[in-house]
This record gives sequence, C-alpha cells and structure tokens, in this order.
Amino acid sequence: MSIDTIELDTAEKIAAIPIDEIDVSRPSLFQQDTIGLFFDRLRKEEPVHYCRESHVGPFWSITKFDDIMAVDTNHKVFSSEAKLGGIAIQDMHSVEGALELEMFIAMDPPKHDQQRKAVTPAVAPSNLLLLEPTIRERACQILDDLPIGEEFDWVDKVSIELTTMTLATLFDFPWEERRKLTRWSDVTTAAPETGIVASYEARREELIECAMYFKGLWDQRVNEPPRNDLISIMAHSPATKDMPFLEFLGNLLLLIVGGNDTTRNSISGGVLALNQNPTEYRKLNDDPSLIASMVPEIIRWQTPLTHMRRTALQDWEIGGKQIKKGDKVVMWFLSGNRDETVIDQADRFIIDRKNPRHHLSFGYGIHRCMGNRLAELQLRIIWEEIHKRFAKVEVTGEPERLYSTLVRGITKLPVRLHAR
Amino acid sequence: MVKVTFVSSDGTRREVEIAEGETAREAALFNGVPGIDGDCGGACACATCHVHVDPTWIDIVGRLKEGEAEAELLQFAEGASEYSRLACQIPMESAMEGLVLHVPAQQY
Repeated sequence: MSIDTIELDTAEKIAAIPIDEIDVSRPSLFQQDTIGLFFDRLRKEEPVHYCRESHVGPFWSITKFDDIMAVDTNHKVFSSEAKLGGIAIQDMHSVEGALELEMFIAMDPPKHDQQRKAVTPAVAPSNLLLLEPTIRERACQILDDLPIGEEFDWVDKVSIELTTMTLATLFDFPWEERRKLTRWSDVTTAAPETGIVASYEARREELIECAMYFKGLWDQRVNEPPRNDLISIMAHSPATKDMPFLEFLGNLLLLIVGGNDTTRNSISGGVLALNQNPTEYRKLNDDPSLIASMVPEIIRWQTPLTHMRRTALQDWEIGGKQIKKGDKVVMWFLSGNRDETVIDQADRFIIDRKNPRHHLSFGYGIHRCMGNRLAELQLRIIWEEIHKRFAKVEVTGEPERLYSTLVRGITKLPVRLHAR
Repeated sequence: MVKVTFVSSDGTRREVEIAEGETAREAALFNGVPGIDGDCGGACACATCHVHVDPTWIDIVGRLKEGEAEAELLQFAEGASEYSRLACQIPMESAMEGLVLHVPAQQY
C-alpha cells in the first residue's frame, strides 16, 4: 500500500489517535507503509515526541530535519555505545542467547575513531575508482541475463544480486559462494519474529559459521602481500591486524550489513518511485544525465534505514522538550527527509532537484555512513546500464514490504522489461 | 568582495569572488567549482567540502583544533593533512584577499 492508495478511513483513524498514544515503533506501520501519516502528524503537532509505552520501552522521537542534525552531530551528549543500548530503537544486548558483536557504529570516541579510521580506506573514493570497472562489468552481466517481456521479481534478480556481487568484489569473496554474504547480513540483523532465523540460538550458530569462514579468509590474506580488498586491508593495517576476533567479525558484519539491505532497497525503491511518478520517468528517458541528481533523490525518497538511535548521557533540551539522562532518543531520518521546512516539496519525488544530497539518509557527524559514495556509485552504474538497455522497467503488481522498524525494505517487486 | 582561488588536483586554477562573511564553501558552490559538495548544507557535519589550505595561507586561515567537530570529521577524510580544513568553516574576511585553496583529488 502506498501513501496515495491508503483507504480514507485508515487516514481518518490515524488522524483521530490522541497524540500521546502514537507509537511509531510498530513494525506493521512500516510494512503497511502507513508510517508517513504518523510522521506527518508528529512533525506538525509535536516534532519532539515522547512515547511512554511501546514494545521497545519508552523513547523520544525526533522528527524534524534540523533537530535530527543537532542530535546526530552532538555525540558528546548523545551516545551510540552498545552497552547503553546501541544505535537502533530495539536495545542491543538485551536478548538472552544473542551473540554480542562489537561494531564501531555502536561505539563512542576514542575507540570508534581508531576503528573507523582503520576500515575507511577500503571505501575511500580512490579505492572505489579501482573497483568501478569490475562493478560495472558484473552489473552488465546481471542485466543482460534478464528476460524481456516476462514478469519476474526485481528484488531477487537485480537488487539482491547486484549488492551481493559488489560486496563480494569489495571483500574479494569466493564468487560462487557470494549469496552466503546476503544470508549472513540478513541473519545479523534478524530477530526470530522476522522469520529469518528460528531462534537466537540458531542465529548464534549461523554467525559462528560465518566467523569460521572469515577466519579462513583472514588467515589466507594475512600471509599474502597486501591488496585492495577489505579483508586484506584489515589483516595488514596496524590499527586492525591485532583486533580481537569478535571485534573483527563485528566490524566485518557491519560493512556487510551497511552495504547490503540499504543499497538493495534503494535499487528497488528507485524502480517503484519512477513507476509511481511517470513524469519523472519521462524526464529520465529524455535526459539520462539526470541520473547524477536522481541517485541521491532515490536515497532520500527510500530512506533505507528509517532511523538511528542514541542514548542521552546528560539532561538536554531539544525543541522545548526536556530529555533526561539515560533516555532513548530516536532520530527518524524517514521523517526528517519529508520535512517541508527544509526540503522544498519534500513529499514529491523529483529527479532534477536542486541540492539533492541535502538529505538525512546517511546521517551526519562522526557516524555518517562511510559507504555513501559506494552506494551512489552502485546506483549510478545500474541506472546508466538500465537506461542503455530498457525503455522501461514496468512494475506489474503490488510491492511487498519488510516487517521492520529499522530497515525500510521492499521484499518483492514484480516487473516486466520493455526493450529499448 | 574577497578573491579566492581554488586549485583542482589537475592544476586547474579558478579565481572567484565572494562577499565577506560568506564561507569558502559558498565561494565554491556559487561559482560551480567542482569537487566541493557540502552535503550537509554547511553545518560542519559531512566533510564533503574538504580543502587543503595553501601552506603560505595556513596561519591566516588557522589550523584544525584538536577535539573540535571539524577535526573529528576530517580524521576520516581521505588524504587529510596538517593543512586540511572544511571550506564551510572558513568565513571569508578581507585579510584573506587572494587566498589559495587546493581541492583534494578524490572528493566528489
């Protein structure tokens, strides 16, 4: 269900909920894609909102662009530390039997800074330049194998395949086994209620298998001369080569998760957005140079991670509300990306927007997404190659969406290709 | 108005003018200087307007201060050096007439 097709009575019901009782942590709202209506109300009526009771406990919602920016750039007050709950609305380390992974996205300085600096070179622009030809060649292969005029699932055949092969390229991962990366990414972020794993024990077992596999790759790379892939970079860098194994695994999985769901769903989300906005699709077909500004617009429009969470280390005031030390503070990027006071016609998908990169999807400050240019690179390549081959990627049925408060995911997208 | 020159990694020099009080980021953006993005809108939050201040100018512009947001962000930028600054954190003043800023090779 898209916002345009939400039944009138659903919209009326949402409008009638007392503001105090709004709880935006419910995954069903994201799966049904009615969440936008809730955020519209919060931005208008109570942009810094406290939810007293929810399945994830009490939490603050920050819904306006500038307030989100203020929280995200203030890491001295708003902590990402895993032991305090971490970076998602659902606390980390709160579940019995779950494997505890150490990742720098869920650390504060100074440890965060050391680890991030060690891993950054792998996705630095100069390294991406070396990877671009391989990524393009593999993208062409994927597109050339697609059937013309027949219905198929774009998510499985293109979005997953392309992001998986980019990850495999980045890690120089054994090619034939690359879908293991997708599986491990899904497992890392999975809770049993998603159906991806049967239990936390099952998740733990799969992650141990993943750990052993990467241990094998590490042992191989550490004994070879340094190369451009991520495992080799980590195995040879002074800042990471003596990392405790669980930390190495945590950071590796962070890079896999960071580059998997997010780009996958932006690839699917772009196809959907163009189909819902035929004028924009015509603009693109008339002038493919617009891909440059369309790519960041797709990332804003999709907002593949709906939020990041922080924990207040001291009392702090935002938007006239008093946040207390220890409170859970959720920055809703999905809401800030629709904030009319900062983004002109924020509720419209416009591929030739001015300042298209002025969006919140990557976050800001020291935790800003380090793969942002890699994500844009993949999207740019895939759209350039789609444009060369197909007059239209036509969406032929309703998309299915992921049951998740964090990942704004499209799980199925039936399409038919029209040859150019 | 203050004159400032941006030097790209291939050596191309672009001299532009900007009003006092605007930042070096605006000087680049208003004049279409490639390689300076400033995704965050000039809030010292994204490090996509990284420049290397020409060494002859660094004492007038000022160096990064350890522990401040600008230095914390730039520690993750590719090719950061002792002359690194964020263009959005350099407000232009008359003493900077003729300032020379180098745009890193791989910022886009």
